[in-house]
Amino acid sequence: MMQQKPSDPLSQGSGQTQAFLQTRNRRDRTARKAFFGITLIPVLLIIVITCLLVIRAWPILSSQPLANLMLGEVWKPTNEQFGFLPFILGTVWVTLVGVILAVPACLLVAIYLAEYARRSTRTIAKPVLDLLAAIPSVVYGVWGLLVIVPFVDDILGPFFHRWLGFVPVFSVTQPTGFGIFAGGIVLAVMIAPLIIAVTFEVLSTVPDELRQASLSLGATRWQTISRVVLPRVLPGIIAAVVLGASRALGETMAVLMVVGNVPSIPTSIFDTAYPLAALIANNFGEMMSIPLYDAALLSAALLLLVIIMIFNILSTFVLQRILGKARI
Amino acid sequence: MKKNPFAKRHIIETCMKVIMLASLILVTGTLGLILWTIIKNGIPAMSWEMLTQVPKGGFYMGKEGGILNAIIGSLYLAGGGTVLALVCSLPIALYLEAYLGESKWGSYVRLALDVLWGIPTIVYGAFGFAVMVSLGLRASLLAGIIVLALIELPIMTRAMDEVICRMPLEVEQAALAVGSTRLEVALRVVTRQMLPGIITAVLLAFGRGIGDAASVLFTAGYTDRIVTSLFRPTASLPLAVFFQLGSPFPEVRARGYAAAFILTVIVLIVSFGARLLSSRLGKYTIK
Repeated sequence: MMQQKPSDPLSQGSGQTQAFLQTRNRRDRTARKAFFGITLIPVLLIIVITCLLVIRAWPILSSQPLANLMLGEVWKPTNEQFGFLPFILGTVWVTLVGVILAVPACLLVAIYLAEYARRSTRTIAKPVLDLLAAIPSVVYGVWGLLVIVPFVDDILGPFFHRWLGFVPVFSVTQPTGFGIFAGGIVLAVMIAPLIIAVTFEVLSTVPDELRQASLSLGATRWQTISRVVLPRVLPGIIAAVVLGASRALGETMAVLMVVGNVPSIPTSIFDTAYPLAALIANNFGEMMSIPLYDAALLSAALLLLVIIMIFNILSTFVLQRILGKARI
Repeated sequence: MKKNPFAKRHIIETCMKVIMLASLILVTGTLGLILWTIIKNGIPAMSWEMLTQVPKGGFYMGKEGGILNAIIGSLYLAGGGTVLALVCSLPIALYLEAYLGESKWGSYVRLALDVLWGIPTIVYGAFGFAVMVSLGLRASLLAGIIVLALIELPIMTRAMDEVICRMPLEVEQAALAVGSTRLEVALRVVTRQMLPGIITAVLLAFGRGIGDAASVLFTAGYTDRIVTSLFRPTASLPLAVFFQLGSPFPEVRARGYAAAFILTVIVLIVSFGARLLSSRLGKYTIK
């Protein structure tokens, strides 16, 4: 028991010192093994989640060709018709609108914070972005219901219908406010903190000497940014946007609350949609008695998982190369 | 050569600056608008009963009661999930730093954590429910805690990893040079040095956990009673918001806004607390 005291042993006999060292080394080895075991958890978790989803989705994946499932337009679980196309298109539309709305503003904010802003502006902006990232999804949903849906219904819808109504993508056929545009706006706000934070980090990897060289030749700041800084970090910015898109793809509750949830193929940004994540959230856990229904919903989850993992891994590789945190 | 302020490039410079400032104001203003919406709609429906009572008969038609069951349930869920996640993520973060450093396996683990972070919570929820069905279990507090722990694990570990990476290498080397084992460095030097960062990471993960609805939707269920056992279903605040908003009764919807207000306040407190604690405790670390 005397080995427990780290300060004593050196002053005592060498045999005890030896024993003490051995105990410490043994503890170190045991801890190394235990820690190693725990680090396996993240890697195993990915494998387990993917495998379980594949196994549980297998009944439906094996019963019909994948193209049937992915391109089928009819969703009638009671007739065993599971066409995912409306849901896939719903997800794509909402995500696209969200990303298109978010990207310009996010890039400008990130550039401003990285290149122009004073220290004091940055110290104000950071907590704002942190708070935006911390707000729960349902709260965004409440905000969407109370503010965005009426806004789309009363102002944006009529405006677009009046001036751009001849373009099919902007025509308003069901004026309720619920739909892709409302979902896209909410998503844009939700993914903004992530895109801004990543872009900011990417921008701050550009060495200051480059900027100074450009400025000393007489270029304006914006010329420096657009011709020296941005071309250098373009892959990183694309990775930031892809990361934001992958976050948008899987966002469930906030979108579910404002997007209308009608399983039809959207043709306009004012149409209602039914994204994959909303499909799972609304139907999973009920109606387990219908054959293949549960497998169909889990294959929707699997589809979402695979797409998001591909997006994530690609953007992580690009970002790791740029930010140099961990090289592979 | 004299500067011509009306040259095209200077006009572009000014325009871009204005647009950028406008974007910054737009983003900041959106946060303000969200908070304002929640406060404006939440405050009128707030009352003492909301915080101290469970739903009574006819609650979902606008009669008496509160959402204490959801508040307690959410605190249990997020608290349990955070503790469980901490137990796993602290060793991972320490192992990444003290034992692995920049090695290949370390970068694989980091990649795995980033991928896990990106997986949507609805997929975790579906996964958790699929496991529960295979094992013949019903929705319960324990299942909710485990799924939330899985969601919080990558958030917490990556946040800790970020701060631990920032620790000066010399501190660690000094400890190793006087004969400490790696374990002793990890527990007695790194953990203490990084305490503010660790606390921030824990609070960040807690905030993420308490606000997540998609994962507890299938795994924790919903009930009007205060949960007393790990194996019973429990209510949670995000789901209380979600369910009450779907009601046709305006009084019930108003309570949904109040629940959203309570949830936002909890998240804001946690978020500010993290900031405050990390700056307070940050004074005592070696930079």
